Amino acid sequence: MSDRQIIDSSASRKGIRHPVVSTADSHSHLIQAADVGKTFPGGHSVLAGLSLSIREGEFVSLVGPSGCGKSTLLKLLAGFDDATSGTLTIAEQPPDIARKTSHRVGFVFQDANLLPWRTVRGNLQLPMELQQVSSENRPAHIDEMLELIGLTAADANKYPRMLSGGMRMRVSLGRALMTQPQILLLDEPFGALDDILRQQLNEELSRIWQEQNWTGLFVTHNVSEAVFLSQRILVMSTAPGKIVAEIPVPFPFPRTPELRADSDFARLTGEVTTRLRGRL
Amino acid sequence: MSSFRSNRSLSKWIFRGAQWAGPPVLLFIVIVGLWFAATHLREIPRYLLPKPEQVVAVAWTQKAMLAGALWLTAQEALCGFGLSLIIGVVIAFAFTQSIFIRRSCYPYAIFLQTVPIVAIAPLIITWFGNGFQSILLVSIILSLFPIITNTTTGLISVDSNLVNLFRLYNAGRWQILLKLRFPHALPYLITGAKISSGLSVIGAIVGEFLVGYSQTEIGLGYLILQSSAQLKTAQLFAAVIASAVLGIAIFGTVNTLGNHLIANWTDTPDDSLKR
Ligand SMILES: Nc1ncnc2c1ncn2[C@@H]1O[C@H](COP(=O)(O)OP(=O)(O)O)[C@@H](O)[C@H]1O
Ligand SMILES: [Mg+2]
Repeated sequence: MSDRQIIDSSASRKGIRHPVVSTADSHSHLIQAADVGKTFPGGHSVLAGLSLSIREGEFVSLVGPSGCGKSTLLKLLAGFDDATSGTLTIAEQPPDIARKTSHRVGFVFQDANLLPWRTVRGNLQLPMELQQVSSENRPAHIDEMLELIGLTAADANKYPRMLSGGMRMRVSLGRALMTQPQILLLDEPFGALDDILRQQLNEELSRIWQEQNWTGLFVTHNVSEAVFLSQRILVMSTAPGKIVAEIPVPFPFPRTPELRADSDFARLTGEVTTRLRGRL
Repeated sequence: MSSFRSNRSLSKWIFRGAQWAGPPVLLFIVIVGLWFAATHLREIPRYLLPKPEQVVAVAWTQKAMLAGALWLTAQEALCGFGLSLIIGVVIAFAFTQSIFIRRSCYPYAIFLQTVPIVAIAPLIITWFGNGFQSILLVSIILSLFPIITNTTTGLISVDSNLVNLFRLYNAGRWQILLKLRFPHALPYLITGAKISSGLSVIGAIVGEFLVGYSQTEIGLGYLILQSSAQLKTAQLFAAVIASAVLGIAIFGTVNTLGNHLIANWTDTPDDSLKR
């Protein structure tokens, strides 16, 4: 059991999983951005003055209008690109250094981003192959992963084009979890799915997060999804994007489908929506 | 039980074969029928348009020479195609490794596409002499370009998020090339190879015209040239038909193998045309 699941009862009653640290202790912040700006060649300023910090083990959602720079921010955090100003760190290191030396990062892309020439099994194996992990425990690992993401052994031999959109997303999530990442960045992973499927996958993702130990940053433009999943919601402004509001989500875990019918859930969803629209 | 199954799969194969070969065979019969009718209803000099049965007769009496010519030209075309495939892929790999290489070499690759082969034939003869090696070179020059362009396009048109995925796991240049860019380029390469397979046959025949052998070793190109000069039109027809069969055979093999390679993960071309 991870220490995350040991929740002191008063916090749990208030629905807060983590003891609230009032003093800004930078060591407990795994992900930190201070005054980050990103301007693309050509002068298009996408992020400006963006600051945020995320504690280890936290699940945070980032909502904002489309085009406000959410994907850009995630790419900076994954170390695919560099910020033009400000500082951005993972465990006090630049993201690409952290990724190469100390922290495994998983990334779930908006479209499933699977290799069409590989079967489900082949796609799940890819991260291990690239990181050259020994092949001994691979099969068992993959079978466990299939179960975790709700696929059967028969699905493992299918090619992506034979899968539904929802199943592709499951594989994509599974692939990101294969290396047992400390940090999982998710870029509108369920954006293309219908509502029922989205809710179902939200429940499964929430369950997986509780079982495992990663820190999640989940980008979405769907407010109820953000409220359902996260401990905290960050609201972004239109481009150049920065964080304009931070809303704690006090509901206890595990979160069940009944939560969506709760009046507090509706109230909070409304509040986040208002914040979001106020900035449109 | 098993014989029932194999029977069924056999009839399925025959059905598929008929579906595939039926239309072109039908068209062939129609064309030969028209040809037959035209040459029998009107008096046409043999040197202008021989009757189909005359072509068949010549092909039969000259079968040894025709088969020898077909075999020689097939060797030239197949070697030319094979080398184009290898050289083209290697060049495309080099093009993706550096923008500098691509920028500096691409104009010369286009030269391959635009150079009139007649113009450089004398140079080829001066450098390499007449014979197999020069014919091979002509075949390569004609068939190389589609492989280079198609493969290069495939290698560099990889979605940036897939490259990002590989970078996330700290993949090296070679891993990205072999596990991402090359498989992604495979359908493009196959398209290039289909075009190139036909061009390699043209290259072999044109090569025989321009830089080919003397009478000692006769390929289809030389046979076509000789038959035409001697007004042996029936023999010319037989040689042209043999070169068409050669082209179709090479193309068909490339097409079948290529489609088979990527069948699992791409839609077949016919899918989009079906309703
Ligand atoms: N590589 C790039 N070069 C130039 N502009 C870019 C690039 N990537 C994204 N942008 C621009 O940045 C803005 C924000 O993009 P993005 O981060 O994808 O927004 P979001 O994910 O919030 O919808 C968009 O206007 C987009 O056109
Ligand atoms: Mg986006």
